[in-house]
Amino acid sequence: MAFVRWLKRHLVVIAGLLTLGYLLLPNVVVTVFSFNNPKGRFNYEWQQFSTDAWTDPCGVADLCGSLSLSLQIAGWATLGATVLGTLIAFALVRYRFRARGAVNSLIFLPMAMPEVVMAASLLTLFLNLGAELGFWTILIAHIMFCLSFVVTAVKARVMSMDPRLEQAAQDLYAGPVQTFLRVTLPIAAPGIAAGALLAFALSFDDFIITNFNSGSTVTFPMFVWGSAQRGTPVQINVIGTAMFIVAVLFVLAGMVIGNRRNRQKA
Amino acid sequence: MTTVTDAPPLAPTPAPKERPPRKRGRLTPYWLLLPGILWLLVFFALPMVYQASTSVQTGSLEEGYKVTWHFATYWDAVADYWPQFLRSIAYAGTATILCLLLGYPLAYLIAFRAGRWRNLILILVIAPFFTSFLIRTLAWKTILADGGPVVGALNSLHVLDVTSWLGITAGDRVLATPLAVVCGLTYNFLPFMILPLYTSLERIDGRLHEAAGDLYAKPFTTFRRVTFPLSMPGVVSGTLLTFIPASGDYVNADLLGSTDTRMVGNVIQTQFLRILDYPTAAALSFILMAGILAIVTLYIRKSGTEDLV
Repeated sequence: MAFVRWLKRHLVVIAGLLTLGYLLLPNVVVTVFSFNNPKGRFNYEWQQFSTDAWTDPCGVADLCGSLSLSLQIAGWATLGATVLGTLIAFALVRYRFRARGAVNSLIFLPMAMPEVVMAASLLTLFLNLGAELGFWTILIAHIMFCLSFVVTAVKARVMSMDPRLEQAAQDLYAGPVQTFLRVTLPIAAPGIAAGALLAFALSFDDFIITNFNSGSTVTFPMFVWGSAQRGTPVQINVIGTAMFIVAVLFVLAGMVIGNRRNRQKA
Repeated sequence: MTTVTDAPPLAPTPAPKERPPRKRGRLTPYWLLLPGILWLLVFFALPMVYQASTSVQTGSLEEGYKVTWHFATYWDAVADYWPQFLRSIAYAGTATILCLLLGYPLAYLIAFRAGRWRNLILILVIAPFFTSFLIRTLAWKTILADGGPVVGALNSLHVLDVTSWLGITAGDRVLATPLAVVCGLTYNFLPFMILPLYTSLERIDGRLHEAAGDLYAKPFTTFRRVTFPLSMPGVVSGTLLTFIPASGDYVNADLLGSTDTRMVGNVIQTQFLRILDYPTAAALSFILMAGILAIVTLYIRKSGTEDLV
Protein backbone atom coordinates (compact mmCIF):
# COMPACT_ATOMS: atom_id res chain seq x y z
CA MET A 1 0.00 0.00 0.00
CA ALA A 2 2.80 2.37 0.95
CA PHE A 3 4.52 1.44 -2.27
CA VAL A 4 1.42 2.25 -4.32
CA ARG A 5 1.16 5.63 -2.63
CA TRP A 6 4.84 6.29 -3.30
CA LEU A 7 4.34 5.26 -6.93
CA LYS A 8 1.36 7.61 -7.26
CA ARG A 9 3.29 10.53 -5.82
CA HIS A 10 6.28 10.01 -8.06
CA LEU A 11 4.58 8.85 -11.24
CA VAL A 12 5.46 12.07 -13.09
CA VAL A 13 9.07 11.87 -11.99
CA ILE A 14 9.38 8.24 -13.10
CA ALA A 15 7.75 8.91 -16.47
CA GLY A 16 9.93 11.99 -16.99
CA LEU A 17 13.11 10.13 -16.18
CA LEU A 18 12.12 7.32 -18.57
CA THR A 19 11.71 9.90 -21.34
CA LEU A 20 15.10 11.35 -20.44
CA GLY A 21 16.52 7.85 -20.76
CA TYR A 22 14.93 7.47 -24.21
CA LEU A 23 16.51 10.79 -25.22
CA LEU A 24 19.96 9.87 -23.99
CA LEU A 25 20.08 6.19 -24.96
CA PRO A 26 21.39 6.81 -28.52
CA ASN A 27 24.18 9.00 -27.13
CA VAL A 28 25.19 6.18 -24.78
CA VAL A 29 25.23 3.78 -27.73
CA VAL A 30 27.28 6.20 -29.84
CA THR A 31 29.82 6.55 -27.02
CA VAL A 32 30.08 2.82 -26.29
CA PHE A 33 30.44 1.98 -29.98
CA SER A 34 33.25 4.51 -30.37
CA PHE A 35 35.33 1.87 -28.55
CA ASN A 36 34.22 -0.92 -30.84
CA ASN A 37 36.39 -2.86 -33.24
CA PRO A 38 33.86 -3.97 -35.85
CA LYS A 39 34.53 -6.88 -38.17
CA GLY A 40 32.81 -5.68 -41.32
CA ARG A 41 32.37 -2.22 -42.78
CA PHE A 42 29.45 -1.32 -40.54
CA ASN A 43 29.70 -0.40 -36.87
CA TYR A 44 26.31 -1.68 -35.73
CA GLU A 45 27.28 -4.83 -33.82
CA TRP A 46 29.51 -5.03 -30.79
CA GLN A 47 32.71 -7.05 -31.37
CA GLN A 48 35.54 -6.13 -29.02
CA PHE A 49 36.95 -3.22 -27.07
CA SER A 50 39.47 -1.05 -28.85
CA THR A 51 40.77 2.50 -28.60
CA ASP A 52 42.10 2.57 -32.16
CA ALA A 53 39.55 5.07 -33.40
CA TRP A 54 40.20 7.45 -30.50
CA THR A 55 43.96 7.49 -31.15
CA ASP A 56 43.44 8.07 -34.86
CA PRO A 57 40.25 10.13 -35.30
CA CYS A 58 41.23 11.38 -38.77
CA GLY A 59 42.20 7.91 -39.96
CA VAL A 60 39.37 7.76 -42.48
CA ALA A 61 39.73 9.52 -45.81
CA ASP A 62 37.78 12.83 -46.09
CA LEU A 63 36.30 12.63 -42.60
CA CYS A 64 38.25 15.47 -40.98
CA GLY A 65 38.12 17.49 -44.19
CA SER A 66 34.32 17.35 -44.11
CA LEU A 67 34.34 18.25 -40.42
CA SER A 68 36.44 21.36 -40.97
CA LEU A 69 34.30 22.36 -43.96
CA SER A 70 31.17 22.08 -41.79
CA LEU A 71 32.78 24.19 -39.07
CA GLN A 72 33.73 26.85 -41.62
CA ILE A 73 30.27 26.96 -43.16
CA ALA A 74 28.65 27.05 -39.72
CA GLY A 75 30.96 29.90 -38.68
CA TRP A 76 30.23 32.06 -41.72
CA ALA A 77 26.53 31.23 -41.72
CA THR A 78 26.32 32.18 -38.04
CA LEU A 79 28.05 35.50 -38.71
CA GLY A 80 25.83 36.30 -41.68
CA ALA A 81 22.55 35.25 -40.09
CA THR A 82 23.34 36.96 -36.78
CA VAL A 83 24.16 40.32 -38.36
CA LEU A 84 21.18 40.32 -40.74
CA GLY A 85 18.82 38.88 -38.12
CA THR A 86 19.80 41.36 -35.41
CA LEU A 87 19.20 44.29 -37.76
CA ILE A 88 15.73 42.97 -38.60
CA ALA A 89 14.92 42.34 -34.94
CA PHE A 90 15.81 45.93 -34.01
CA ALA A 91 13.76 47.31 -36.87
CA LEU A 92 10.75 45.23 -35.82
CA VAL A 93 10.85 46.19 -32.15
CA ARG A 94 12.02 49.76 -32.34
CA TYR A 95 10.37 51.28 -35.37
CA ARG A 96 7.00 51.60 -36.95
CA PHE A 97 6.93 51.08 -40.67
CA ARG A 98 4.68 49.93 -43.47
CA ALA A 99 4.37 46.27 -44.41
CA ARG A 100 5.16 45.07 -40.90
CA GLY A 101 2.72 42.17 -41.33
CA ALA A 102 4.36 41.08 -44.56
CA VAL A 103 7.81 41.22 -42.96
CA ASN A 104 6.58 39.17 -40.01
CA SER A 105 5.17 36.46 -42.23
CA LEU A 106 8.28 36.40 -44.39
CA ILE A 107 10.23 35.66 -41.21
CA PHE A 108 7.74 33.14 -39.84
CA LEU A 109 7.25 31.13 -43.04
CA PRO A 110 10.74 29.56 -43.29
CA MET A 111 10.25 28.17 -39.79
CA ALA A 112 6.82 26.74 -40.65
CA MET A 113 7.99 25.08 -43.86
CA PRO A 114 9.21 21.49 -44.07
CA GLU A 115 12.89 21.61 -44.87
CA VAL A 116 12.53 19.46 -47.94
CA VAL A 117 10.26 22.07 -49.57
CA MET A 118 12.78 24.88 -49.05
CA ALA A 119 15.58 22.59 -50.17
CA ALA A 120 13.84 21.59 -53.39
CA SER A 121 12.74 25.10 -54.32
CA LEU A 122 16.17 26.59 -53.65
CA LEU A 123 17.73 23.94 -55.87
CA THR A 124 15.24 24.89 -58.59
CA LEU A 125 16.44 28.48 -58.36
CA PHE A 126 20.12 27.50 -58.49
CA LEU A 127 19.52 25.17 -61.46
CA ASN A 128 17.63 27.86 -63.33
CA LEU A 129 20.35 30.42 -62.70
CA GLY A 130 23.01 27.89 -63.66
CA ALA A 131 24.82 28.42 -60.35
CA GLU A 132 27.61 26.00 -59.51
CA LEU A 133 26.59 23.97 -56.45
CA GLY A 134 29.11 23.89 -53.64
CA PHE A 135 30.42 25.96 -50.74
CA TRP A 136 28.63 29.17 -51.75
CA THR A 137 25.25 27.65 -52.42
CA ILE A 138 25.40 25.80 -49.06
CA LEU A 139 26.35 29.02 -47.27
CA ILE A 140 23.55 30.99 -48.94
CA ALA A 141 21.02 28.32 -47.96
CA HIS A 142 22.23 28.13 -44.37
CA ILE A 143 22.10 31.90 -43.84
CA MET A 144 18.55 31.81 -45.27
CA PHE A 145 17.12 29.25 -42.85
CA CYS A 146 19.09 30.41 -39.78
CA LEU A 147 17.97 34.03 -40.21
CA SER A 148 14.44 33.58 -38.87
CA PHE A 149 15.64 31.82 -35.73
CA VAL A 150 18.08 34.64 -34.95
CA VAL A 151 15.34 37.25 -35.45
CA THR A 152 13.06 35.40 -33.03
CA ALA A 153 15.76 35.06 -30.36
CA VAL A 154 16.96 38.68 -30.56
CA LYS A 155 13.44 40.08 -30.80
CA ALA A 156 12.41 38.39 -27.56
CA ARG A 157 15.32 39.99 -25.73
CA VAL A 158 15.00 43.48 -27.21
CA MET A 159 11.25 43.48 -26.52
CA SER A 160 11.80 42.88 -22.81
CA MET A 161 14.24 45.79 -22.67
CA ASP A 162 13.16 48.84 -20.72
CA PRO A 163 13.17 51.75 -23.22
CA ARG A 164 13.69 54.14 -20.32
CA LEU A 165 17.28 52.96 -20.06
CA GLU A 166 18.04 54.41 -23.47
CA GLN A 167 16.15 57.58 -22.67
CA ALA A 168 18.24 57.88 -19.51
CA ALA A 169 21.42 57.53 -21.54
CA GLN A 170 20.24 60.25 -23.89
CA ASP A 171 19.30 62.50 -20.98
CA LEU A 172 22.88 62.09 -19.82
CA TYR A 173 24.05 63.50 -23.16
CA ALA A 174 25.02 60.21 -24.84
CA GLY A 175 24.81 60.41 -28.62
CA PRO A 176 22.85 57.81 -30.60
CA VAL A 177 25.97 55.80 -31.42
CA GLN A 178 27.21 55.92 -27.84
CA THR A 179 23.79 54.94 -26.52
CA PHE A 180 23.67 52.00 -28.87
CA LEU A 181 27.17 50.75 -28.10
CA ARG A 182 27.18 51.33 -24.34
CA VAL A 183 23.56 50.61 -23.41
CA THR A 184 21.51 48.91 -26.12
CA LEU A 185 24.04 46.39 -27.40
CA PRO A 186 25.19 45.10 -23.97
CA ILE A 187 21.59 44.53 -22.90
CA ALA A 188 20.69 42.81 -26.18
CA ALA A 189 23.88 40.71 -26.09
CA PRO A 190 22.42 37.58 -24.43
CA GLY A 191 19.67 37.43 -27.07
CA ILE A 192 22.17 37.88 -29.87
CA ALA A 193 24.42 35.20 -28.35
CA ALA A 194 21.49 32.79 -28.04
CA GLY A 195 20.53 33.43 -31.67
CA ALA A 196 24.11 32.92 -32.82
CA LEU A 197 24.46 29.65 -30.89
CA LEU A 198 21.21 28.38 -32.35
CA ALA A 199 22.32 29.36 -35.86
CA PHE A 200 25.64 27.58 -35.41
CA ALA A 201 24.00 24.38 -34.17
CA LEU A 202 21.36 24.44 -36.95
CA SER A 203 23.89 25.07 -39.69
CA PHE A 204 26.45 22.56 -38.45
CA ASP A 205 23.89 19.77 -38.20
CA ASP A 206 21.85 20.57 -41.28
CA PHE A 207 21.40 17.69 -43.64
CA ILE A 208 18.27 17.98 -45.79
CA ILE A 209 18.88 21.43 -47.30
CA THR A 210 22.58 20.68 -47.71
CA ASN A 211 21.79 17.35 -49.35
CA PHE A 212 19.91 19.18 -52.12
CA ASN A 213 22.23 22.15 -52.60
CA SER A 214 25.76 20.86 -52.07
CA GLY A 215 26.55 19.33 -55.46
CA SER A 216 29.57 17.14 -54.81
CA THR A 217 30.77 19.10 -51.77
CA VAL A 218 30.80 16.93 -48.64
CA THR A 219 29.96 18.45 -45.27
CA PHE A 220 30.13 16.38 -42.09
CA PRO A 221 26.43 15.35 -42.11
CA MET A 222 26.79 14.51 -45.81
CA PHE A 223 29.78 12.32 -44.92
CA VAL A 224 27.76 10.47 -42.27
CA TRP A 225 24.88 10.01 -44.73
CA GLY A 226 27.23 8.62 -47.35
CA SER A 227 28.85 6.29 -44.85
CA ALA A 228 25.45 4.88 -43.88
CA GLN A 229 25.39 3.51 -47.44
CA ARG A 230 29.06 2.56 -47.83
CA GLY A 231 30.09 1.55 -44.33
CA THR A 232 30.27 3.46 -41.06
CA PRO A 233 33.77 4.02 -39.68
CA VAL A 234 34.16 4.02 -35.88
CA GLN A 235 35.68 7.50 -36.15
CA ILE A 236 32.20 8.93 -36.75
CA ASN A 237 31.25 7.83 -33.24
CA VAL A 238 34.47 9.28 -31.83
CA ILE A 239 33.65 12.69 -33.30
CA GLY A 240 30.03 12.47 -32.18
CA THR A 241 31.10 11.63 -28.62
CA ALA A 242 33.79 14.30 -28.52
CA MET A 243 31.34 16.98 -29.70
CA PHE A 244 28.85 15.93 -27.01
CA ILE A 245 31.47 16.14 -24.25
CA VAL A 246 32.86 19.48 -25.44
CA ALA A 247 29.36 20.97 -25.64
CA VAL A 248 28.38 19.81 -22.15
CA LEU A 249 31.67 21.12 -20.71
CA PHE A 250 31.13 24.49 -22.40
CA VAL A 251 27.62 24.80 -21.00
CA LEU A 252 28.72 23.75 -17.51
CA ALA A 253 31.62 26.23 -17.59
CA GLY A 254 29.23 28.96 -18.69
CA MET A 255 26.89 28.14 -15.82
CA VAL A 256 29.67 28.17 -13.23
CA ILE A 257 30.93 31.54 -14.49
CA GLY A 258 27.39 32.90 -14.54
CA ASN A 259 26.74 31.73 -10.97
CA ARG A 260 29.96 33.31 -9.75
CA ARG A 261 29.09 36.61 -11.37
CA ASN A 262 25.66 36.61 -9.83
CA ARG A 263 27.17 35.90 -6.44
CA GLN A 264 29.66 38.74 -6.82
CA LYS A 265 26.87 41.12 -7.70
CA ALA A 266 24.81 40.06 -4.71
CA MET B 1 -10.71 28.49 -22.52
CA THR B 2 -8.78 29.18 -19.35
CA THR B 3 -10.73 29.00 -16.14
CA VAL B 4 -8.31 30.99 -14.06
CA THR B 5 -7.69 34.69 -14.02
CA ASP B 6 -4.21 35.99 -14.56
CA ALA B 7 -1.81 35.73 -11.69
CA PRO B 8 -0.83 38.97 -10.00
CA PRO B 9 2.42 40.28 -11.42
CA LEU B 10 5.45 39.13 -9.50
CA ALA B 11 8.00 40.93 -11.62
CA PRO B 12 8.90 44.55 -10.88
CA THR B 13 6.41 46.90 -12.46
CA PRO B 14 6.94 46.81 -16.22
CA ALA B 15 7.85 49.91 -18.11
CA PRO B 16 4.82 52.00 -19.05
CA LYS B 17 3.55 50.91 -22.44
CA GLU B 18 4.26 53.47 -25.04
CA ARG B 19 4.51 53.61 -28.76
CA PRO B 20 7.95 52.64 -30.05
CA PRO B 21 9.85 55.92 -30.03
CA ARG B 22 10.30 57.36 -33.46
CA LYS B 23 13.89 58.14 -34.09
CA ARG B 24 15.42 60.55 -36.48
CA GLY B 25 15.24 59.44 -40.09
CA ARG B 26 12.07 57.78 -41.27
CA LEU B 27 14.08 55.54 -43.54
CA THR B 28 16.13 53.96 -40.75
CA PRO B 29 13.90 50.88 -40.28
CA TYR B 30 13.95 50.20 -43.99
CA TRP B 31 17.73 50.32 -44.08
CA LEU B 32 17.87 47.92 -41.14
CA LEU B 33 15.44 45.54 -42.82
CA LEU B 34 16.86 45.75 -46.31
CA PRO B 35 19.73 43.21 -46.31
CA GLY B 36 17.95 40.46 -44.37
CA ILE B 37 14.62 40.84 -46.11
CA LEU B 38 16.32 40.94 -49.48
CA TRP B 39 18.08 37.70 -48.59
CA LEU B 40 14.78 36.03 -47.69
CA LEU B 41 13.06 37.38 -50.79
CA VAL B 42 15.75 36.15 -53.16
CA PHE B 43 16.57 32.82 -51.50
CA PHE B 44 13.24 31.89 -49.92
CA ALA B 45 10.35 33.58 -51.76
CA LEU B 46 11.79 33.69 -55.27
CA PRO B 47 12.64 29.96 -55.24
CA MET B 48 8.97 29.28 -54.47
CA VAL B 49 8.05 31.15 -57.65
CA TYR B 50 10.59 29.16 -59.63
CA GLN B 51 9.25 25.97 -58.15
CA ALA B 52 5.67 26.91 -58.99
CA SER B 53 6.74 27.52 -62.56
CA THR B 54 8.73 24.26 -62.72
CA SER B 55 5.72 22.27 -61.56
CA VAL B 56 3.73 23.26 -64.66
CA GLN B 57 6.53 22.72 -67.15
CA THR B 58 7.01 19.84 -69.52
CA GLY B 59 10.04 18.71 -71.41
CA SER B 60 13.12 16.66 -70.75
CA LEU B 61 16.59 17.20 -69.33
CA GLU B 62 18.17 17.08 -72.79
CA GLU B 63 15.77 19.41 -74.59
CA GLY B 64 15.06 21.69 -71.68
CA TYR B 65 11.80 22.47 -69.94
CA LYS B 66 9.09 24.91 -71.04
CA VAL B 67 6.12 26.30 -69.17
CA THR B 68 3.12 24.60 -70.74
CA TRP B 69 0.67 24.98 -67.84
CA HIS B 70 0.64 21.24 -67.60
CA PHE B 71 -1.44 20.91 -64.41
CA ALA B 72 -1.84 17.19 -65.02
CA THR B 73 1.51 16.78 -63.26
CA TYR B 74 -0.31 17.50 -60.01
CA TRP B 75 -2.99 14.88 -60.66
CA ASP B 76 -0.38 12.33 -61.66
CA ALA B 77 1.67 13.11 -58.57
CA VAL B 78 -1.33 12.60 -56.29
CA ALA B 79 -2.46 9.49 -58.15
CA ASP B 80 0.99 7.93 -58.03
CA TYR B 81 2.09 8.95 -54.58
CA TRP B 82 -1.00 9.22 -52.37
CA PRO B 83 0.16 6.31 -50.20
CA GLN B 84 3.35 8.20 -49.39
CA PHE B 85 1.35 11.34 -48.55
CA LEU B 86 -0.95 9.40 -46.23
CA ARG B 87 2.02 7.67 -44.65
CA SER B 88 3.77 11.00 -44.03
CA ILE B 89 0.74 12.39 -42.26
CA ALA B 90 0.14 9.17 -40.31
CA TYR B 91 3.76 8.77 -39.20
CA ALA B 92 4.23 12.44 -38.38
CA GLY B 93 0.89 12.56 -36.55
CA THR B 94 1.69 9.46 -34.49
CA ALA B 95 5.16 10.75 -33.69
CA THR B 96 3.69 14.09 -32.60
CA ILE B 97 1.21 12.43 -30.23
CA LEU B 98 3.94 10.19 -28.83
CA CYS B 99 6.19 13.23 -28.36
CA LEU B 100 3.42 14.97 -26.42
CA LEU B 101 2.76 11.93 -24.22
CA LEU B 102 6.46 11.32 -23.56
CA GLY B 103 7.53 14.93 -23.42
CA TYR B 104 4.88 16.32 -21.09
CA PRO B 105 5.98 14.40 -17.97
CA LEU B 106 9.59 15.39 -18.53
CA ALA B 107 8.71 19.06 -19.10
CA TYR B 108 6.52 18.92 -15.96
CA LEU B 109 9.33 17.29 -14.02
CA ILE B 110 11.80 20.00 -15.06
CA ALA B 111 9.37 22.83 -14.34
CA PHE B 112 7.96 21.74 -10.95
CA ARG B 113 9.74 18.75 -9.46
CA ALA B 114 13.41 18.95 -10.39
CA GLY B 115 14.55 21.46 -7.74
CA ARG B 116 18.29 21.89 -7.89
CA TRP B 117 18.57 19.37 -10.72
CA ARG B 118 16.57 21.57 -13.09
CA ASN B 119 19.49 23.05 -15.01
CA LEU B 120 21.27 19.72 -15.28
CA ILE B 121 18.21 18.01 -16.76
CA LEU B 122 17.66 20.92 -19.15
CA ILE B 123 21.26 20.57 -20.34
CA LEU B 124 20.76 16.84 -20.82
CA VAL B 125 17.68 17.53 -22.97
CA ILE B 126 19.59 19.93 -25.20
CA ALA B 127 22.99 18.20 -25.20
CA PRO B 128 22.15 15.41 -27.69
CA PHE B 129 21.73 18.17 -30.29
CA PHE B 130 25.48 18.56 -30.32
CA THR B 131 26.00 15.08 -31.69
CA SER B 132 24.94 15.10 -35.32
CA PHE B 133 21.36 13.80 -35.57
CA LEU B 134 22.38 11.41 -38.35
CA ILE B 135 24.86 9.68 -36.03
CA ARG B 136 22.19 9.41 -33.34
CA THR B 137 19.66 8.05 -35.82
CA LEU B 138 22.17 5.43 -36.93
CA ALA B 139 22.53 4.43 -33.26
CA TRP B 140 18.89 3.29 -33.40
CA LYS B 141 19.99 0.70 -35.95
CA THR B 142 22.10 -0.80 -33.19
CA ILE B 143 19.42 -0.45 -30.51
CA LEU B 144 16.69 -2.05 -32.60
CA ALA B 145 18.98 -4.59 -34.27
CA ASP B 146 17.54 -8.02 -35.11
CA GLY B 147 18.17 -10.36 -32.19
CA GLY B 148 19.37 -7.47 -30.00
CA PRO B 149 18.23 -7.04 -26.38
CA VAL B 150 15.32 -4.69 -27.21
CA VAL B 151 13.85 -6.92 -29.89
CA GLY B 152 14.51 -9.96 -27.71
CA ALA B 153 12.64 -8.43 -24.77
CA LEU B 154 9.70 -7.34 -26.92
CA ASN B 155 9.59 -10.79 -28.46
CA SER B 156 9.53 -12.66 -25.14
CA LEU B 157 6.79 -10.34 -23.89
CA HIS B 158 4.83 -11.16 -27.06
CA VAL B 159 4.62 -7.47 -27.88
CA LEU B 160 5.90 -8.14 -31.37
CA ASP B 161 3.08 -10.62 -31.97
CA VAL B 162 0.58 -7.87 -31.32
CA THR B 163 2.44 -5.24 -33.34
CA SER B 164 2.95 -7.47 -36.34
CA TRP B 165 -0.74 -8.38 -36.19
CA LEU B 166 -1.41 -4.63 -36.33
CA GLY B 167 0.93 -4.42 -39.29
CA ILE B 168 3.45 -2.00 -37.75
CA THR B 169 6.21 -4.59 -37.43
CA ALA B 170 7.06 -7.63 -39.52
CA GLY B 171 7.74 -11.02 -37.92
CA ASP B 172 10.41 -10.71 -35.25
CA ARG B 173 11.98 -7.64 -36.80
CA VAL B 174 11.58 -4.04 -35.72
CA LEU B 175 14.10 -2.46 -38.09
CA ALA B 176 12.76 -1.67 -41.57
CA THR B 177 9.18 -1.42 -40.22
CA PRO B 178 6.83 1.51 -39.58
CA LEU B 179 7.45 1.12 -35.83
CA ALA B 180 11.16 1.82 -36.28
CA VAL B 181 10.48 4.91 -38.42
CA VAL B 182 7.95 6.34 -35.94
CA CYS B 183 10.32 5.56 -33.09
CA GLY B 184 13.11 7.46 -34.89
CA LEU B 185 10.85 10.41 -35.72
CA THR B 186 9.61 10.60 -32.12
CA TYR B 187 13.16 10.51 -30.83
CA ASN B 188 14.47 13.12 -33.26
CA PHE B 189 11.79 15.75 -32.61
CA LEU B 190 11.16 15.14 -28.90
CA PRO B 191 13.29 18.11 -27.72
CA PHE B 192 11.22 20.42 -29.96
CA MET B 193 8.20 19.35 -27.93
CA ILE B 194 9.82 19.44 -24.49
CA LEU B 195 11.33 22.93 -24.69
CA PRO B 196 8.16 24.91 -25.57
CA LEU B 197 6.18 22.82 -23.06
CA TYR B 198 8.73 23.61 -20.38
CA THR B 199 8.70 27.33 -21.23
CA SER B 200 4.93 27.59 -20.82
CA LEU B 201 4.81 25.37 -17.71
CA GLU B 202 7.59 27.32 -16.04
CA ARG B 203 5.57 30.55 -16.32
CA ILE B 204 2.71 29.12 -14.29
CA ASP B 205 2.53 30.61 -10.82
CA GLY B 206 3.00 27.83 -8.25
CA ARG B 207 0.42 29.49 -5.99
CA LEU B 208 -2.29 28.51 -8.47
CA HIS B 209 -1.59 24.86 -7.63
CA GLU B 210 -1.87 25.65 -3.93
CA ALA B 211 -5.10 27.53 -4.53
CA ALA B 212 -6.56 24.59 -6.43
CA GLY B 213 -5.53 22.29 -3.61
CA ASP B 214 -7.07 24.62 -1.03
CA LEU B 215 -10.31 24.42 -2.99
CA TYR B 216 -10.25 20.62 -2.58
CA ALA B 217 -9.15 19.82 -6.11
CA LYS B 218 -7.43 16.45 -6.33
CA PRO B 219 -3.99 16.49 -8.00
CA PHE B 220 -5.39 15.17 -11.25
CA THR B 221 -8.22 17.70 -11.25
CA THR B 222 -5.69 20.47 -10.63
CA PHE B 223 -3.77 19.24 -13.61
CA ARG B 224 -6.82 18.98 -15.84
CA ARG B 225 -8.42 22.27 -14.87
CA VAL B 226 -5.43 24.50 -14.11
CA THR B 227 -2.05 23.27 -15.28
CA PHE B 228 -2.95 21.79 -18.64
CA PRO B 229 -5.08 24.73 -19.89
CA LEU B 230 -2.36 27.15 -18.89
CA SER B 231 0.23 25.13 -20.80
CA MET B 232 -1.80 25.19 -24.04
CA PRO B 233 0.51 27.67 -25.83
CA GLY B 234 3.38 25.25 -25.23
CA VAL B 235 1.29 22.31 -26.43
CA VAL B 236 0.34 24.12 -29.63
CA SER B 237 3.82 25.34 -30.53
CA GLY B 238 5.36 22.03 -29.48
CA THR B 239 3.03 19.97 -31.66
CA LEU B 240 3.66 22.28 -34.62
CA LEU B 241 7.43 22.23 -34.14
CA THR B 242 7.25 18.43 -34.13
CA PHE B 243 4.66 17.78 -36.83
CA ILE B 244 5.99 20.15 -39.51
CA PRO B 245 9.57 18.85 -39.72
CA ALA B 246 8.45 15.25 -39.17
CA SER B 247 6.04 15.36 -42.11
CA GLY B 248 8.79 16.42 -44.53
CA ASP B 249 11.50 14.20 -43.10
CA TYR B 250 13.08 11.47 -45.19
CA VAL B 251 16.10 10.64 -43.07
CA ASN B 252 14.35 8.34 -40.59
CA ALA B 253 12.35 6.56 -43.27
CA ASP B 254 15.53 6.02 -45.25
CA LEU B 255 17.85 4.89 -42.44
CA LEU B 256 15.40 2.95 -40.26
CA GLY B 257 12.70 1.98 -42.76
CA SER B 258 12.32 0.01 -45.96
CA THR B 259 10.76 0.64 -49.36
CA ASP B 260 7.38 0.04 -47.70
CA THR B 261 7.84 2.95 -45.30
CA ARG B 262 8.76 5.62 -47.84
CA MET B 263 7.35 9.03 -47.00
CA VAL B 264 6.70 11.98 -49.26
CA GLY B 265 10.12 13.43 -48.42
CA ASN B 266 11.77 10.29 -49.79
CA VAL B 267 9.84 10.62 -53.05
CA ILE B 268 10.75 14.31 -53.46
CA GLN B 269 14.39 13.52 -52.75
CA THR B 270 14.59 10.65 -55.25
CA GLN B 271 12.65 12.51 -57.96
CA PHE B 272 14.84 15.56 -57.55
CA LEU B 273 18.31 14.13 -56.98
CA ARG B 274 18.24 10.72 -58.68
CA ILE B 275 15.49 10.52 -61.29
CA LEU B 276 15.81 14.24 -62.14
CA ASP B 277 12.09 14.56 -62.85
CA TYR B 278 11.89 18.18 -61.74
CA PRO B 279 8.22 18.94 -62.55
CA THR B 280 6.93 15.98 -60.52
CA ALA B 281 9.27 16.80 -57.63
CA ALA B 282 8.19 20.44 -57.68
CA ALA B 283 4.50 19.50 -57.77
CA LEU B 284 4.95 17.07 -54.88
CA SER B 285 6.71 19.60 -52.73
CA PHE B 286 4.04 22.19 -53.52
CA ILE B 287 1.28 19.82 -52.46
CA LEU B 288 3.19 19.05 -49.26
CA MET B 289 3.63 22.77 -48.55
CA ALA B 290 -0.02 23.57 -49.20
CA GLY B 291 -1.12 20.65 -47.05
CA ILE B 292 1.08 21.68 -44.14
CA LEU B 293 0.03 25.33 -44.33
CA ALA B 294 -3.62 24.31 -44.38
CA ILE B 295 -3.23 21.97 -41.40
CA VAL B 296 -1.23 24.57 -39.46
CA THR B 297 -3.73 27.37 -40.12
CA LEU B 298 -6.71 25.22 -39.16
CA TYR B 299 -4.96 23.96 -36.07
CA ILE B 300 -3.97 27.44 -34.87
CA ARG B 301 -7.53 28.69 -35.46
CA LYS B 302 -9.00 25.79 -33.55
CA SER B 303 -6.67 26.01 -30.61
CA GLY B 304 -7.18 29.75 -30.41
CA THR B 305 -3.58 30.73 -29.82
CA GLU B 306 -2.44 33.10 -32.46
CA ASP B 307 0.38 34.80 -30.60
CA LEU B 308 2.89 32.13 -31.54
CA VAL B 309 5.17 34.23 -33.62
